[in-house]
Amino acid sequence: MEEYNNPSKVYVDVLAVFNQEGELRPLALKWEDGRRYPVDRVIDVRQAASLKAGGTGIRYTCKIRGKQTYLFFEEGRWWVERR
Amino acid sequence: MKRVILHSDLNNFYASVECLYRPELRSKPVAVGGDPEQRHGIVLAKNYLAKATGIKTGEALWQARQKCPGLVIVPPNFPLYLRYSRLARKIYADYTDQVESFGLDEAWLDVTGSHILGDGVQIADKIRERMKSELGVTVSVGVSWNKIFAKLGSDLKKPDATTVITRENYRSIVWPLPTEELLYVGRATKRKLYNHGITTISGIAGAEPTYLKSILGKWGEMLWAFANGLDASPVTRMGEESLVKSVGNSTTTPRDLVDEEDVSQVTYVLAESVAARLRESGLEANIIEIQVRDNELFSFTRQQKQLRATNLAGEIHDAALKIFKGSYDWERPIRSIGVRGCDLVIAGSQQPILFDDAQHSKLEKIETVVDDLRRRFGHFAVQRAALLNSDLNNINPKDDHIIHPVGPVGYLKG
Repeated sequence: MEEYNNPSKVYVDVLAVFNQEGELRPLALKWEDGRRYPVDRVIDVRQAASLKAGGTGIRYTCKIRGKQTYLFFEEGRWWVERR
Repeated sequence: MKRVILHSDLNNFYASVECLYRPELRSKPVAVGGDPEQRHGIVLAKNYLAKATGIKTGEALWQARQKCPGLVIVPPNFPLYLRYSRLARKIYADYTDQVESFGLDEAWLDVTGSHILGDGVQIADKIRERMKSELGVTVSVGVSWNKIFAKLGSDLKKPDATTVITRENYRSIVWPLPTEELLYVGRATKRKLYNHGITTISGIAGAEPTYLKSILGKWGEMLWAFANGLDASPVTRMGEESLVKSVGNSTTTPRDLVDEEDVSQVTYVLAESVAARLRESGLEANIIEIQVRDNELFSFTRQQKQLRATNLAGEIHDAALKIFKGSYDWERPIRSIGVRGCDLVIAGSQQPILFDDAQHSKLEKIETVVDDLRRRFGHFAVQRAALLNSDLNNINPKDDHIIHPVGPVGYLKG
């Protein structure tokens, strides 16, 4: 996907776990500036598109530091929409 | 039982996906085209802003630029479109297992048995909503009781719309349309019809089928049936793999073929290759076609629909030879010959014919074993006795073949 250079799509490092049920669950993400944010809770998981970032993937609705954030998993990479 | 058929069409498919992934382009006229750096290359798809300037799919990029100087041309990303096509199919699969893909961007769905999930319109609307929210693209859906009108319906309102064509309203919706809105009416057919004063679908519907047959051949009767909503063809379970529309091999033989025995032998070689390739793709052919070229380079093709779809060399050979016997008068020796399987379906997806099935499955087992032997020990490890003493048997078309899939260009549509 390198050819799509979309500033609103921010690829991030994610620490995740495959649980015993075989589900993939994000535990923490590292923002561009190197800061780490633990995922407090996953509220919802579904296939969803992002018009803002341009793409579609499995969308994890997460609570991170009290705020609701969408974390997308698309073709093996994680990304978030730039606010 | 009244059938409920949907036809779902991803609007401006390639262009929509590109605009989703490139938000900066959404307010600009965009065309997806091959090789924008080169001077050749054609428009594969365009968005509505580009369409408004009169740009047509299939025209040269330089022509498109002339019509629209601000046009943004982006190269195609087929892996991404294929991924989108699969995601769309996944959505369809939530409503029915009878899905027939038509290119990457279109599909028929038979939802007759899906009423627990809603009626045709409700399912169509659900699919449209999910395409938007899950994939970020839109579809137009036609709902009708046959495939032809469902497809026609999906073309009527765009983007992101559901169009219903019922037995009550088809005369007022379908019949006033120009003939070319009907599936399979291409430029040549349109012209022939026009020359006979038929310009609308109602003109086709109201004509005598025999009259249409006299103008268009067997297609005439078919089109008459389509125009009257009499198309009963089933939605076949068919995936992207069916993008290969036909599997064929031809060969120019080491010497000219002079009798039926020669033709039979070469046909065996070709049929084996076609059959093996069909089996590799898990496909069967409903139609067998032969192509013959004589030593003065006059050539013709003939095809015939088979009683049952097949991917067995023996059956393909027999069918091809039968067609050949019925169509060649041996005025001249033959220089090259080809065998092709068309109208492909997924193997095993059709009702078997009860009586000859034991014979068929026996042949199937034998040919699968031959495939395996050849894979392990090479093509010439196993040969038909009919070919052993032949001077025509040193052809291995399967490994020499060139595949001709119908690429995206084969599906140039708006």
